[in-house]
Amino acid sequence: MTGRPDPSRALLADGARVINVGLESFATDLEARGVPVVHVAWRPPAGGDDASARRLAALQDASTAAAIQAANAAVLDTITGAHPVLVDCRPAREAMGLEERVVLHAGPPLPWDRACPTMQAAVLCAIRYEGWAGDDAAARDLVERGAVALAPCHSRGAVGPMTGLITASMPVFVVENRAAGTRAYATINEGLGAVLRFGANDERVIRRLGWLAAEAGPMLGAALRAGEGIDLRAMMSQALRMGDEMHQRNIAASALLTRQLMPALARAGRDTAALARLAEFIGGNDQFFLNLAMAAGKASTDPGLHHAGSTLVVTMARNGTEFGIRVAGLGDRWLTAPVNTPRGLYFAGYGPEDANPDIGDSAIVETIGLGGLAMAASPAVAGFVGAGGLHEAIAITEEMAEITVGEHPHFRIPNLDDRGAPVGIDVRRVVETGITPIINTGIADRRPGVGQIGAGTVRAPLACFEQALAELAATIGDRA
Amino acid sequence: MAQTTVVKPGAYHDSVALLRLARALRARPGVREAAVVMGTPANRDLLADAGLLTEAARAATPNDLVIVIDAETADGAQAAAAAAEPLLARSAPDATRGGRSRARTLAGAARRMPDANLALVSVPGAFAAAEARAALAAGLNVMLFSDNVSLADEVALKRHAIRQGLLLMGPDCGTAYVAGVPLGFANAVPRGEVGLVAASGTGLQQVACLLAARGRGVSHAIGVGGRDMSAEVGGLMTLAGLDLLGADDATALIVVVGKPPAPEVGERIRARLAAIGKPAVACLLGRRVAVGTEGPVTTVDTLEDAALAADARLARTAWRPRLFTVPGVEARIAVARRGLTPARRTVLGLYAGGTLAHESALILESLLGPVASNLTGAAAGDPEGGSPSHRVLDLGADEFTRGRAHPMIDPTVRIERIARAARRPDVAVLLLDVVLGHGAADDPAGDLAPAIEAARATARGHGRELAVVATVVGTAADPQGLAAQTARLEAAGVWVLPSNAQAARAAAAIAGNETVRAALRAGGSA
Repeated sequence: MTGRPDPSRALLADGARVINVGLESFATDLEARGVPVVHVAWRPPAGGDDASARRLAALQDASTAAAIQAANAAVLDTITGAHPVLVDCRPAREAMGLEERVVLHAGPPLPWDRACPTMQAAVLCAIRYEGWAGDDAAARDLVERGAVALAPCHSRGAVGPMTGLITASMPVFVVENRAAGTRAYATINEGLGAVLRFGANDERVIRRLGWLAAEAGPMLGAALRAGEGIDLRAMMSQALRMGDEMHQRNIAASALLTRQLMPALARAGRDTAALARLAEFIGGNDQFFLNLAMAAGKASTDPGLHHAGSTLVVTMARNGTEFGIRVAGLGDRWLTAPVNTPRGLYFAGYGPEDANPDIGDSAIVETIGLGGLAMAASPAVAGFVGAGGLHEAIAITEEMAEITVGEHPHFRIPNLDDRGAPVGIDVRRVVETGITPIINTGIADRRPGVGQIGAGTVRAPLACFEQALAELAATIGDRA
Repeated sequence: MAQTTVVKPGAYHDSVALLRLARALRARPGVREAAVVMGTPANRDLLADAGLLTEAARAATPNDLVIVIDAETADGAQAAAAAAEPLLARSAPDATRGGRSRARTLAGAARRMPDANLALVSVPGAFAAAEARAALAAGLNVMLFSDNVSLADEVALKRHAIRQGLLLMGPDCGTAYVAGVPLGFANAVPRGEVGLVAASGTGLQQVACLLAARGRGVSHAIGVGGRDMSAEVGGLMTLAGLDLLGADDATALIVVVGKPPAPEVGERIRARLAAIGKPAVACLLGRRVAVGTEGPVTTVDTLEDAALAADARLARTAWRPRLFTVPGVEARIAVARRGLTPARRTVLGLYAGGTLAHESALILESLLGPVASNLTGAAAGDPEGGSPSHRVLDLGADEFTRGRAHPMIDPTVRIERIARAARRPDVAVLLLDVVLGHGAADDPAGDLAPAIEAARATARGHGRELAVVATVVGTAADPQGLAAQTARLEAAGVWVLPSNAQAARAAAAIAGNETVRAALRAGGSA
């Protein structure tokens, strides 16, 4: 007898509180007797796929599992301990050193000829906006000749919603992760309607981009540089309590940001007409904050890359053709699979047949526990997955907790008794359970330039995670 | 084609609720398009793009709710617009909906119930050890209902459990009671002062039900799995279970149920029972069991006697084994023997309960001689050997349950076998068990009765009388009801005895010769 409390004795003394794994009728019987029971709707690991099951088993070996757990804990700390602060807004060429004749786009690397029409139209528009070509034909020629290069935003420390395009003269917000000393960048959200991020390609788009670069960007930059920076972590924590999940819904965060920005903007500029235009622009866009949430996500997750032995996902992004993830233990490597098409609700006059395949870097917010993972905080958004309400919203967050390794210490969800949002998507758990991350997203029309036609949710394709598991099993298994 | 616009000033609604409402309106017959939006400039642009920006909509402000319906007829448009309001009012879904908390993984479940203390694992055998290991790692006691877990896995799991002070019940643990609450396949028995450690599910059920029939309840029953008392496993959980019951204030008497242990394990069990010192009953079903009381331990050789001895010890009354406890046995045997010929002397046991089959095989063997069976251990005998011969089949064994449910749930295999037995000229007696309780079929007697009636009719058609003897393992409180199930069998012509041991003896008395009957009479039939 060791004297320590004996859990088998406690079982007999306290009565059973049961986790039922398997036959559901046992749970039903226990419930009927008033025994506390949680039922596990068990399925074979990896859906019965032998190769994946073998790889999972290889990573379950005691010493390997302990090493993975330690690596994952470190990456989780990096992600949840991040402290993103909005500090500046400057042209991409200054802020990021972005060269001329480079177009950054959303998602994993994308050869021009595989880009969807929406992405192609946006690239041509960005080239015309920069003045590198006078019309679409000339712009297309530049890309096809390689005179204009395409690269993922993620490769340059940036993120962009939908098409996600960034070129040198576009102003970008600068978000500094004060815990890690890293920076990340995102453009100013253009608002709704005919906008570059939805592949619109006309003079209105170019005019708005010109105004953002000439007037809005410099005013925002001046206001931000005059202050101590805006604490985005605190703002997102607060907005989460106000019903935003920071992907599909940013109305509270946008309002909180506006409240903090306005005095600084007013102080920084003398042109009241310009200030009014900017105030109107920000105030008219419920999703204004989205790009900042994304930059905060990028600044928070990038320091987690290149952490050998970790199975946590640090990037999820889509380019309209492929869905790509990056995993802490696999460095810069993208694991990709064809994107899914979102399911959701459509604006009047549109339907699923009009939807563009999934696109945008915005899924970065899901990698830090927001968006679909924090659905419980935002019952209003849960409706996008069907007939949902609070119950479904909570069920989605609970489901996501099955594939994550932690709860966010700052992003707490009032509807879950202030539990933290699930964070730290583990490749192993995704493959084991077959539960793929759910991403809240806008839906673009598949025809360029039509813009947003709805909103909904989309699942990350399982194949990315299966590939990642194979690579992890190879690298970690080799070392062990 | 007609368009109707409704503008409701100052009525803010979340955009998602509005999109859902629009979808519902669009689904109405005759509606070509429907938009329900707040009247913001951006939304008015969307309406314009969709050809829905009516004059009224154009005048709406951002604080106005705008409903525009485009329908085939004006009436249809107005009806849809009118339908919008009630839909809007009840667009809030019911947050209390839900029901059972479901997780997808053990880890997810543990998050939902941080104070869980037991995992009940019933996944396919190939995956069972991994789930049990994960449960132990999470600090949970485990009831491993699954079978087909390797011996090596069983030993590793049990050692892991012992190191952590946890119980690992099973594998193939069909029944357990924790603090009087049944887990798995179990009967409704009262809570009481008898604690059990059982290497067998149906054996435990038989003892618990017979205790209940005498008003005795169960404190806890710890299932340890059929291999626990083997040399390889070393009785790890049997001994842990005895320690728990020994230290448990609610347990006044301990019953150990199983097959004969490996000799060194048997020694350890006896020593442990002696050290605990509480009254105990050992029922380890095998050949040549020395029945009697030594120190605190009474040794018996049938499940029924385990219950009766426990009852007597608790009541501090004298007890001696009785072969039958019901009146009229001899007359019933005589009736059943009418028309038997020397060629028809075979007993065929068709069992759902493995330990009940084992017990019957031992009893038949001791009275009638060799018994063929598909059982392992002390009652093993070649099932095809020495034809025609007495035969006991455990229809719950792997070879009968591949691809189908256990015969306690699915009667198909037993029904087939009963029909086949009716056509065999050598079979004199069919011997059956019917197991009730949670987890068992809703109406097991009702499932078998038509097959029994048909079999008896078939035999009669060939000029034979087929005797059917059975016992029902259950209690009055079981969902199926002991009395109703017994009555259903009796209506089908089945002779139902109060215990499996008595049923086996009755079968032997019908099929056996006068020497057998004399022996049974001498043993004390009522």
